[in-house]
Amino acid sequence: MSEPMTALQGDSFAGYVTVSEDEPRGMIQLRGDLDSSSLRDALQAAIGCGVPDPLAIATGDRGAVAWMSPDELLLLTSPDAAAGTLSQLSEALGDAHHLALDVSDMRAAIRLEGAGVREVLAKVTPIDMATMTPGTFRRTRLSQIPAAVWLSDERTAHVLCFRSVGRYAFDVLAISSRKGGEVGAFQGFRAPH
Amino acid sequence: MLILDCPYCGATCDETELTAGGEAHLTRHGPGSEDVDFETYLFMRENPKGPHFERWRHAAGCGKWFHAARHTVTMQVFGTYPAQTVEPPQEILDRISEAHPGWSWRSYGDRT
Repeated sequence: MSEPMTALQGDSFAGYVTVSEDEPRGMIQLRGDLDSSSLRDALQAAIGCGVPDPLAIATGDRGAVAWMSPDELLLLTSPDAAAGTLSQLSEALGDAHHLALDVSDMRAAIRLEGAGVREVLAKVTPIDMATMTPGTFRRTRLSQIPAAVWLSDERTAHVLCFRSVGRYAFDVLAISSRKGGEVGAFQGFRAPH
Repeated sequence: MLILDCPYCGATCDETELTAGGEAHLTRHGPGSEDVDFETYLFMRENPKGPHFERWRHAAGCGKWFHAARHTVTMQVFGTYPAQTVEPPQEILDRISEAHPGWSWRSYGDRT
C-alpha cells in the first residue's frame, strides 16, 4: 500500500506539553439509526464493540468508535484496516438505511502528551475540562474551528479536526503549550470516576 | 455568558459553541399564501425584555438544531428542548410562570 500522506507530516512541538501529529488512522463515518440491531451487530462484527453512549468513545479489539451526533458514529481503525472494515460494514448492513464512508484523509489528528493536557485544552476550548474523563468524547470549538477532543489517559489527549484547518489547530495548541505559559489550573486535580 | 444544555447530546454548551437561529415556533407561510400572512412570517418578530423562545444550533458539536427558553435580560435559562416540537413543553412554561408571574410571549404566558 502507498505511504499515507498525513496533514501535518509528522510535525511535533515540545512545550510544557508535547504536541505532535497522531499516528495515521483509518476513519470511517457511519450514519444511520444507532438504536437498530442491524447496526449494533455490524459494529460488533467490524470493530468488536457496541454503540457508545452520547459523548463517549468505546474501544474494541479492532479499533474505537466515537459518538459524533444522534445519528452518526466515527470508527477509528488502523490505516490498513479501513477498506476491509468498510466493505465488511456495508455488507453486514445491506439494505438497511445507512451511510458508511471511508474518511481517513478527511481529518487531521493531533496528540497531546504531558501532565498539563487538560490545562492546554482548557485555554483554547470552552469545555469544562474537569468533566472530561478518559472515555469522554467531546466535539467542541477549538479557538476558531470545530474539533473533537478526547483523553485516552490522564496524560494523553487527542484532537481531531478537518484536514484543511489541521495546521491552524496544531499552531494554536503549540502556542497554548508554550513553556512559560503554565497556569497550574489543574494541579492536583483528580478526575471524577 | 449564556450556557445551554444540548438536548441531543447532553453537553453543556457555551454560547460560542452554538449558532443562534432566531425566534422559535414560527409558522411558515410560503408561496400562494395571503400577503399579510407572508409578511408576518417573514418580518414580524418578538423582541421581548423578558422570557423568549429561540432556536439554536449546536454548530461546533453534534450539529443539531434545538429550542431554548431564556430570559433576555437576566439570561436565566428555563430549559432546552428538541426541535421536533411545535410548541414549548408545559414544564418549561410552568418554570417561567414560577419565576416571572404574569409573563407573556405571543400566545403563551399567564392569563389573569
